[in-house]
Amino acid sequence: MKQSIAKQFLGVCVGLCIAQTTFAIDTDSNANSFWLPLAQDELHDPAGPALNQLQSPSEALSVLPRDGAGDQVNWVKALNNGNIKPRINIRSNTQTEVLDLDVLLRNTGEMGMVNFPHKQHTEWLICSNCHEGIFKSKAGATKFSMYDILNGEYCGRCHGAVAFPLTECNRCHNVPHTAIAAPAKAN
Amino acid sequence: MGRHIENHQPVIIRNLMVWLILLLSLLTLLAPFSVHAEYGDVVFNKRAEKAGVRPVIFPHWFHRIRYKCNVCHSEIGFKMRAGANDIFMANIKNGKFCGACHNNQIAWGAENCHLCHSGLPGLNSGIRGGDTTAGPGKW
Repeated sequence: MKQSIAKQFLGVCVGLCIAQTTFAIDTDSNANSFWLPLAQDELHDPAGPALNQLQSPSEALSVLPRDGAGDQVNWVKALNNGNIKPRINIRSNTQTEVLDLDVLLRNTGEMGMVNFPHKQHTEWLICSNCHEGIFKSKAGATKFSMYDILNGEYCGRCHGAVAFPLTECNRCHNVPHTAIAAPAKAN
Repeated sequence: MGRHIENHQPVIIRNLMVWLILLLSLLTLLAPFSVHAEYGDVVFNKRAEKAGVRPVIFPHWFHRIRYKCNVCHSEIGFKMRAGANDIFMANIKNGKFCGACHNNQIAWGAENCHLCHSGLPGLNSGIRGGDTTAGPGKW
């Protein structure tokens, strides 16, 4: 009996060792294969003459703050940490004006309410990128649904392929309805 | 005594099987780590291949490291909708669209055809989200 327990214990130890090694190899290979090389991205022609001249995504992106979705880079953090210093203009005197103003979208059904932070958006964009074309400036004046967003309208103009993808529900729907309870009726 | 051992053997094997299944489950749980990043690349092939060159692959990631969104989507005037920008090489050579930077002053010039026209033949135009999002409008 003791022998069998010992055997099982040994088996578990060996199993965990194998699992850890496999995981370690997996993680190591991820560091290289997570950002597919251009020749393997199914877009670039591996036979083309440009491939040895263009920067590889892993070289540029693996050093930036990681994210768990999309292109796996937390761009807001990359900007705030100073990992990247993107230019805000090329020929005019365009200046980004950071606006620290949150807008709460309450009509979100069963999902949590959406807290839209102007700050992170205005660090990348200027007002006219969204206003008055995609969104009216007056809060509540633009009516849209998740269906529209999934179809690439409104927030979906950027969130999807370029900004973090729409599978990240809770990053936007991050305020529980209970957080702002309806004011209690006067006694 | 012999019967005693006979009764125990299958139990050990069964237990080992349980551990093996647990181990496999653990490995399966780790499998999602092997996903690939989505680049948000835009393919331009409305005219490229018809004109005898490879499709253009525009990498958002490369450009956003160096420029904020508003530079292209406001100053240069690219509409934030793949397919909405009607781009001719003549425009680029005249300093419009990509040519606002790709002019041998800010970035390499438009005579380096192959650096942009680097796509696989037969690609459809549009933005690529990948297998997690499938890109805007593809749900």
